[in-house]
Amino acid sequence: MTRQQDIVTMPHDQLEAIQLEGIKKTVIACYENVPFYHELFSNVGFDPYAVESLDDLAKAPFTTKQDLRDNYPLKMFAVPKKDVREIHMSSGTTGIATVGGYTEHDLKIWGDCFARGIEYADGGEDDVCHVCYGYGLFTGGLGAHYGGVAAGCMTIPMSAGNTERQIRVMRDMGSTILCCTPSYAMYLADTAIAMGLDPKKDFHLRVGIHGAEAFSDNFRSELEKKLGYKVLDVYGLTETMGPGVAIECMEQNGLHLAEDHFYAEIIDPETGEVLPDGEWGELVITTVDREATPVVRYRTRDITRIIPGQCACGRTHRRIDRLHGRTDDMLIIRGVNVFPSQIEDVMKTFPQISSWYQIELTRKNHLDVVTLKVEPNPDFDFDEVRAIEQLQRDIQGRLKTALSVGLRVRIVEPKSIPRSEGKAVRVVDLRGDDQ
Amino acid sequence: MLDQVTVFLENDKGRLLALTQTLADAGVNMQALTIAETADYGLVRIVCDKPAAAVDALRAADFRAITAKVLAVEVPNRPGGLAELLRTFQELDLNIEYGYCFSSAEGTAIDVLKVRDPELASAALAKAGYTVL
Repeated sequence: MTRQQDIVTMPHDQLEAIQLEGIKKTVIACYENVPFYHELFSNVGFDPYAVESLDDLAKAPFTTKQDLRDNYPLKMFAVPKKDVREIHMSSGTTGIATVGGYTEHDLKIWGDCFARGIEYADGGEDDVCHVCYGYGLFTGGLGAHYGGVAAGCMTIPMSAGNTERQIRVMRDMGSTILCCTPSYAMYLADTAIAMGLDPKKDFHLRVGIHGAEAFSDNFRSELEKKLGYKVLDVYGLTETMGPGVAIECMEQNGLHLAEDHFYAEIIDPETGEVLPDGEWGELVITTVDREATPVVRYRTRDITRIIPGQCACGRTHRRIDRLHGRTDDMLIIRGVNVFPSQIEDVMKTFPQISSWYQIELTRKNHLDVVTLKVEPNPDFDFDEVRAIEQLQRDIQGRLKTALSVGLRVRIVEPKSIPRSEGKAVRVVDLRGDDQ
Repeated sequence: MLDQVTVFLENDKGRLLALTQTLADAGVNMQALTIAETADYGLVRIVCDKPAAAVDALRAADFRAITAKVLAVEVPNRPGGLAELLRTFQELDLNIEYGYCFSSAEGTAIDVLKVRDPELASAALAKAGYTVL
């Protein structure tokens, strides 16, 4: 029996009781200690003292990323600074960063939540947890680190970069659990193969806990084939904690929410209405027992659904489906909404190309031009220009059918699409330079 | 039949240099090189002494390289040499996908031709009296 077995298998009504108790305290703590929430609740007439059921929470207003930005740096904190042990910040590429604070208690639940992924894979003291998410303000590195330590693993704080050293340490230390982005895992595998290694034999990996970016099932199976391990998807965001909010179990059929710490709702992003289990919409999270930076009905912008029914693994915590994109990375191409995941779905029907891609948005004569750059696989017979043109046309045709909008497909040289050491840059928007 | 090396190259500064330098470092000697270019990329086709080694070296350097079976036919190095060969192709009802020529020191020219079915074409040309390399 693993460490948190009783929690992850507890009857759901008991879990709901824990959630209700926690949420009652959370909304009151927010109202009393965070001026932003005091004003927000007062403005819409939401009484934090009148929450009697989980359904009552639907009366509370939403919190957005912009709200967190507006309250930079410390105005979202619900505890005095002396009780805060650590902070993390989102990358802030789109503006001012958002800040997450952690008390000692918050750090402990973070470690426990991430450790669940390791425990789902029966991991523990016999494992070597190799963390190559970036350490620093980004939650990936330290979140996985605390998880590795909490699960009892020998944890290696590699951080990102220096791929050849990663490979050497992975071999020498016999790393069994790999924590990093899926694109970096692929980069590690490809680099190891290029160095003449066989990752299946030379490494001892059992499990990869990969997140921070969406990846297709095809990408997952390619990774599993190359590294000879099992890939578990992990979900999290700085605004609610970091990685570990939800993690897949070995069934690989949805990510178990850590429901004792996070209350999830799925809403219609247009109307804000709560949707029933099974329906796709935007994930909204309320923290159940976060002390430093609790959030009430935080709009994640991530699109998923609650998978109805219980998981075959027997755990009771409900599952979210693998992300279907974000409400804000949705591309609008000549008025049509396009999710990168739809493009990936089309790409995986063509064995001639690899799963790496980049979407380039440019503007010509005030019209959006979308170019999908893909790399040919080694066994694609391109000896005649005709074969390449035909492949480009075939991919374009299938994309047009799937997306209802025309994309230009360009085959490019292998490795010419940059392999990132952090998040893969899937979309390059050059539309600012109109010509 | 000959193993031609075909390389997919982006139309970018320095790529052809990088390709030829990779072959030079691998000790590969080229007899012929042509480029079929489009707006975005080119296909570089190479006849060389060690096609398998060339492909290995190119792939190790992250080039997308393959070998393709092509016909290499010896024709006399004089006016009308190629025209006669092509007439034979027409009589045999063989379509040519692409082709190029180079001359060797021995006073013969070598015509490299890509056809749908190189084995069949090779046999037919041999029967018509041509030396197919």
